[in-house]
Amino acid sequence: MGDFAGAYQWVNIRYLLQGLWVTVALSAVSIVFSFIIGSVLGLLRYMKIPFLSKIVGFVIDIIRNLPLLLILFFTYFGLPSLGIRLDALPAAMVAMTVFESMMLAEIIRGGIQAVDPGQMEAARSNGLSYGQAMFHIILPQAFKKMIPAIVSQLISLVKDTSLATIIVLPELMYHGQVIYGQNTNYMVPIFIALTVLYFIVCFSLSLISRYLDRRLAA
Amino acid sequence: MWTIFTNNFGMFMEGLGYTLGASLLSLFFSLIIGTIFALLQINPSRTARIFGRIYVEFFRNVPLLVITMFFYVVIPRLGIPLSGFAAGSIGLTLYTSAFIAETVRAGIQSVDPGQMEAARSNGMTYVQAMRYIILPQAIKITVPPLGNQFINLVKNSSVLAFVAGFDLMYQGNLIASTTFETTTTYAIVGILYLIITLPMSYGMTYLDHRWSGRNTREEA
Repeated sequence: MGDFAGAYQWVNIRYLLQGLWVTVALSAVSIVFSFIIGSVLGLLRYMKIPFLSKIVGFVIDIIRNLPLLLILFFTYFGLPSLGIRLDALPAAMVAMTVFESMMLAEIIRGGIQAVDPGQMEAARSNGLSYGQAMFHIILPQAFKKMIPAIVSQLISLVKDTSLATIIVLPELMYHGQVIYGQNTNYMVPIFIALTVLYFIVCFSLSLISRYLDRRLAA
Repeated sequence: MWTIFTNNFGMFMEGLGYTLGASLLSLFFSLIIGTIFALLQINPSRTARIFGRIYVEFFRNVPLLVITMFFYVVIPRLGIPLSGFAAGSIGLTLYTSAFIAETVRAGIQSVDPGQMEAARSNGMTYVQAMRYIILPQAIKITVPPLGNQFINLVKNSSVLAFVAGFDLMYQGNLIASTTFETTTTYAIVGILYLIITLPMSYGMTYLDHRWSGRNTREEA
């Protein structure tokens, strides 16, 4: 059933690690961009600016209730007919960033709302401006509450990069499929390797979350 | 847009049916499995807790696609034939059950421990106290996050498109590749997904507000 020695020869391991590198790079880029965009959109929705917050809220609700796979297909196969042609890697980055920033925006808004409104009132009556109160009083408290939700969203993001295999992005899952496609005896060993590699990346993120949680709670 | 929809109405509806079918089937089984693993994790026995923890951490940290493809390509080689729909639903069930286990565990643990002590000192067994005192209180706290898990489940069911599971995403791809109207087809598929997920999403937000509002009033 499984040819472990053959499946784990150096060529294959190196090929998997190359895939892992694309997975990690795609995740990292998407995390940075979606965190920035998500924070801005979350704040915009929270601030209840007439008209603007409603539109932002509507867009967030639409996109985060769609499957990421659909957004990925739309970006890669749909946009070319509108004249925008993206390669697999940029398409995956755009799709992941669009989807994950909406998910993060909602987490960030929820975190800000969970801070006692009295904090804002107290800050304002002590003479801080709205912006100062937000950045020095509200956001630091909100961020502590948001960490577990944000990290589990980031773990989802890493796992979801595997969907990009369908647009032939050479990431970990795709490289795994290429290897076991050559020799069916490699299937089980390769699935074990894929599981272990994804688990290591995702579980280390959970450990960071637990560490931050303890540090900040103290 | 309308002609694409009406011309392929049958395929869209079939896809919607398979998506809903896989989601409901997986919801049912992952609720059962999830509750079992939630109870294992708060069990007085250390072995049970460790076993529950390993299951949850494993399925939460491995991509759904890896789990699903395993059931689609490896299991049939062991002589157990599985259709794409079956492999997809099993993958969805195992993956979702880990998240449901976490949700239910958090719900149970948010019930005041004094409730368990009071039930036990009134002569109830651990199981009775769990069944009649703790779980009914935990359910109320658990419903909104469980609703969100169901929304995730519907969205994640698009993974069936990888394994020829005839779901909405799969049919959408077929239609897109035959009509070449990619943007329009994906827009229709998106609207069909939103018809399921958006009302659920707003409903859960409403429940969350209502129930958490009532809780704070009760405390005051």
